[in-house]
Amino acid sequence: MTEYVVLSAILFTIGCVGVLTRRNAIVVFMCVELMLNACNLAFVAFARQHGNLDGQITAFFVMVVAAAEVVIGLAIIMTIFRTRRSASVDDASLLKY
Amino acid sequence: MTFWILAPIMVVAALGILFVRKAVHAALLLAVVMINLAFLYAVMDAPFLFAVQIIVYTGAILMLFLFVMMLIGVDATDSSVETIRGQRAMAVVLGLLFGAVLVIGVSQVTLGTVVGLDDANEGGNVQAIANVLFSKYVFAFEATSALLITAALGAMVLAHRERLTPKATQADLAAQRMRDYADHGKHLGPLPSPGVYARHNAVDTPALLPDGTAAESSVSRVLAARGTVRSAPAMVDDIDDVRRQLSGLDGHGDPTEMPETSGKDGAPASTTEDEK
Repeated sequence: MTEYVVLSAILFTIGCVGVLTRRNAIVVFMCVELMLNACNLAFVAFARQHGNLDGQITAFFVMVVAAAEVVIGLAIIMTIFRTRRSASVDDASLLKY
Repeated sequence: MTFWILAPIMVVAALGILFVRKAVHAALLLAVVMINLAFLYAVMDAPFLFAVQIIVYTGAILMLFLFVMMLIGVDATDSSVETIRGQRAMAVVLGLLFGAVLVIGVSQVTLGTVVGLDDANEGGNVQAIANVLFSKYVFAFEATSALLITAALGAMVLAHRERLTPKATQADLAAQRMRDYADHGKHLGPLPSPGVYARHNAVDTPALLPDGTAAESSVSRVLAARGTVRSAPAMVDDIDDVRRQLSGLDGHGDPTEMPETSGKDGAPASTTEDEK
């Protein structure tokens, strides 16, 4: 049981570092997905721990929300790419000034 | 047992996402992580989530990622320039600290015995999930439908582009071509086709102009950008090569060399491809 939660923590950390270090907006987005998946793993593991299905339902809802989020996020990335010809998160810095 | 086989693969693939240069490779590694995760769900008595993970995550979401990647160009790699000094090192240190705290914290917790889902999954996991989903969580489920509709509308609004000028008709395009010809002398007809020679007739072989130089417009711009176009000097080398072999044949009159020069594809022992 603990090993599942530890694996979940490791995957979450890797996702975190990816969000902080990668420059390509799509890869950053993928790392966010990795973090969501890590959380799902913990939810499913705890559902088995407690012997009820609430955790699995929550993981299912997380998947639905992730699907909606991916649709919008990728549309935003597409729009930014269309106007700026770049998918790098460093280029979208106009709000800084 | 399954866990100890799948977990290292997942961690290695996830670490790979951090280090690969190309976004497509990152997507494939993420697919590996997600499929392994699906198998872990199957191991943990969640067959419904196993199917949903494969269909929704690996099937739909990752394909969406790949679609967008194809649209904005697969060659887009990360720039290695740091806009904030030392950000990468700081992120790695922070990540290691965070991970260490999480892992140590989790491993010190005693979680008690695993109850297991045998009772909850009585009569099938899908039926049990449906029972909970449509009774206790029915409002969350309804809210999800609103969320999905909003997401679909939002994607349509974001992806929609208003046409500010009328679409160019075929007559407009023809008139534009004629104007280009009148103003800049741009060739009216189609672009020249690539060169067709006795030994090469591929799209990467430019046609030769009467003065012996390569016609650059006869090969695709993409090939030229990749630098895989066979250059005109290389073809001259080929010609010299053949000439040398022919003169060698004439000089020695050795019939044993004949099959080699006129073998499969008529390729001699050393072409420019071999030298590459």
